[in-house]
Amino acid sequence: MTNDPKIVAFLCHWCSYTGADLAGTSRIKYTPAVRIVRVMCSGRIEPSFVLKALKEGADGVLICGCHPGDCHYQEGNYKALRRFHMLKEMLGQFGLEGDRVRLEWVSASEGDRFAKLADSFTEEIRRLGPLAWKRVGNESERRVA
Amino acid sequence: MSHEPRIGVYVCHCGVNIAGVVDVKRVAAEMASEAGVVLSREYKFMCSTPGQEMIIDDIQSHGLNRVVVAACSPRMHEGTFQGACRKAGVNAYFFQMANIREHDSWVTLDKEEATRKAIALTRAAVRRVRNHEPLETRQVEVRKEVLVIGGGIAGIEAALTVAESGNHVYLVEREPTIGGHMARFDKTFPTLDCSACILTPKMNAVGSHPNITLMTSCEVEEVKGFVGNFDVKVKRKARYVDHDKCTGCGACVEKCPVKVPSEFDEGLSKRKAIYTPFPQAVPNKPVIDRAACTYFRTGKCRLCERFCEPKAIAFEQQESTQEIQVGAIIVATGFEFYRGEALSWYGHGRYPNVITALEFERLNNASGPTEGVLRMADGRVPQSVAILHCIGSRDKNYQEYCSRVCCMYSLKFAHLVKEKTGAEVFEFYIDMRSPGKGYEEFHDRIREEGAHLIRGKVGEVTDLAVNPEEQGRLIVVAEDTLAGSRLRVPVDMVVLSPGLSAHRDSKVAQLLKCAVDKNGFFIEKHPKLAPVDTATDGVFLAGCCQGPKDIPDTVAQSQAAAAKALALATRGVVEAEGRTACIDPEVCAGCKLCVSLCPYKAISFDTAKEISVVNEVLCKGCGTCAAACPSGAAQARHFKDVHIFNEIEGVLAL
Repeated sequence: MTNDPKIVAFLCHWCSYTGADLAGTSRIKYTPAVRIVRVMCSGRIEPSFVLKALKEGADGVLICGCHPGDCHYQEGNYKALRRFHMLKEMLGQFGLEGDRVRLEWVSASEGDRFAKLADSFTEEIRRLGPLAWKRVGNESERRVA
Repeated sequence: MSHEPRIGVYVCHCGVNIAGVVDVKRVAAEMASEAGVVLSREYKFMCSTPGQEMIIDDIQSHGLNRVVVAACSPRMHEGTFQGACRKAGVNAYFFQMANIREHDSWVTLDKEEATRKAIALTRAAVRRVRNHEPLETRQVEVRKEVLVIGGGIAGIEAALTVAESGNHVYLVEREPTIGGHMARFDKTFPTLDCSACILTPKMNAVGSHPNITLMTSCEVEEVKGFVGNFDVKVKRKARYVDHDKCTGCGACVEKCPVKVPSEFDEGLSKRKAIYTPFPQAVPNKPVIDRAACTYFRTGKCRLCERFCEPKAIAFEQQESTQEIQVGAIIVATGFEFYRGEALSWYGHGRYPNVITALEFERLNNASGPTEGVLRMADGRVPQSVAILHCIGSRDKNYQEYCSRVCCMYSLKFAHLVKEKTGAEVFEFYIDMRSPGKGYEEFHDRIREEGAHLIRGKVGEVTDLAVNPEEQGRLIVVAEDTLAGSRLRVPVDMVVLSPGLSAHRDSKVAQLLKCAVDKNGFFIEKHPKLAPVDTATDGVFLAGCCQGPKDIPDTVAQSQAAAAKALALATRGVVEAEGRTACIDPEVCAGCKLCVSLCPYKAISFDTAKEISVVNEVLCKGCGTCAAACPSGAAQARHFKDVHIFNEIEGVLAL
């Protein structure tokens, strides 16, 4: 169990969270490794959220927003995209793999896509292995919730 | 907060939907040890009246001041439980929901894993709710005016229903006339009512209704605002005819020397460059097709102008924009017939006697190109006609879905062919779908009238004859799947019955921030219980923009959408979002980053204090200012950093 990756997914309320709901309504099975945190807009997601998730034990972070042009708040997803690129660079400077964070557009009708995405991203994170800074820290300290 | 959090946790079984997969007792037990939790229960149906009353009783008897319900999606029942909290005197924002159904029990196979995930998600909610703050909602007045987008039967019906209540309607239609597809049909199934006869009185009613502002040749260009207060920009295309002056006498149309294919007649007849799309058009006043007009192309002609007595021709007319304010919007943008490559596969465009359903409708229509006589390309009346169902439908290569109306309109065609020509009719179907009042009976009637109904999808339509009987005719090659035999049926004419498609070129969904499904149809808020609502409050759906449907269903849905819009207008007020942004004046450094990022111009800069200030009336709570603020002064209420951090800690805690 402990070898299984943990993934935090930040989903915007209007498109992606609804898409994840649709995966549920359609009973499409996907990995329980992905844990969803709702935000109103992907534009709300700060790099510090991602870093916080990685610090708290996540091995990967998935960010999902509305498709370009569909943002409920006009252009929050573009802002998310800008911050995402900045963040990826930052992760590299921390010595982390940039691929641990992924940004995807998931619409309200893409339940199936969300489920597939959750599975494929988890697979990718599994290939990358547990987050590197885990190995240097104190195991008991990190596992404290 | 002056008082310590006293949290009540409720884990819902949702019958077996959650409890069948998640060990709800274990989830509830785990939560009991979380800091601040006073009681933790599980119950069969939290959303039921006893479930809600349990929350209310507990709030009162245990002094709870925070509530967490682990159940379905907050999109489903957040409002329900917030209402229960409010009833018991707890601010609605002291409530948090954990989605352990859509995001857990329904998507997770392993029960142990599902239970662990449920514990994590519920724990996240508990930790988050501890730091919640009470928020105030504001009441905002609702404008009584309603915008209807699309002037087909759906939009017409919705507009009339709203207008009859005394409220004002703006009906926007991009074509020069209202009427939509229904105006182009000949008869309607299963009653065989003349389509125009039942539609045109309604069109006229729209045109003359004192409560309806009819805006044809117009398109919605921009939508701002929110439920109750939408600011809409409508673009009016140049018509080059001043409709205030025009009397609709038609002299200009008569004199115009240019002839181009008529869109209304599917190109089967010609219209002039200055034209009304069809005789009963509303408004019954012409427009000039700039691309076809000789004057616009060469600078010479102006015949229409010369013969126009009221001097209504206005070559100088420009595109203009009108701004309107409405409280609700009804989307009735309709559909288009499938026009993809499945048509050419069956020879459309290659064989002149392979025609589409819409071409058939026009050929049969008394006001159509042949005045209602069904003729082949060479003018003869066909002796035999094949009607092919499901063109582009129920096919993974084209449109996977069933369009619901094609079987019935194809059967109607069989009747019309029989009635008008006495020709032999062969219908090729995959499955005959006739669910509707009087539909199955209509199907039986057509069979009794002697149409050959053959169960089998057609492989091809060819003119390659293999025997003298087939010479010079179209041969329909198919398999009769009931008889298990291969057929070659020579006919004079083939009618293709395509399915319905969503408008691919429409930007209405984007303008309204409404989601569309993979086929391009608008997504309703709930497929069963909120079929005309959308995720955008104050925007309602009517007709085929939501999915293929027949005229009775379209009309019913239009009336439903109108009722929803009227309910909103009658209520008169809406609760405005309490989850807005705020900027701490003590912390703000006045960098103005947020000012430039805000999509609603809700943040201004106070030059005296040198800080940014949020206008909460304009703020929609997206939180992008909070994400960007370098000092942490800007915060998104209910989605503050601390809340998100608590949630992150919670979801990772198991």
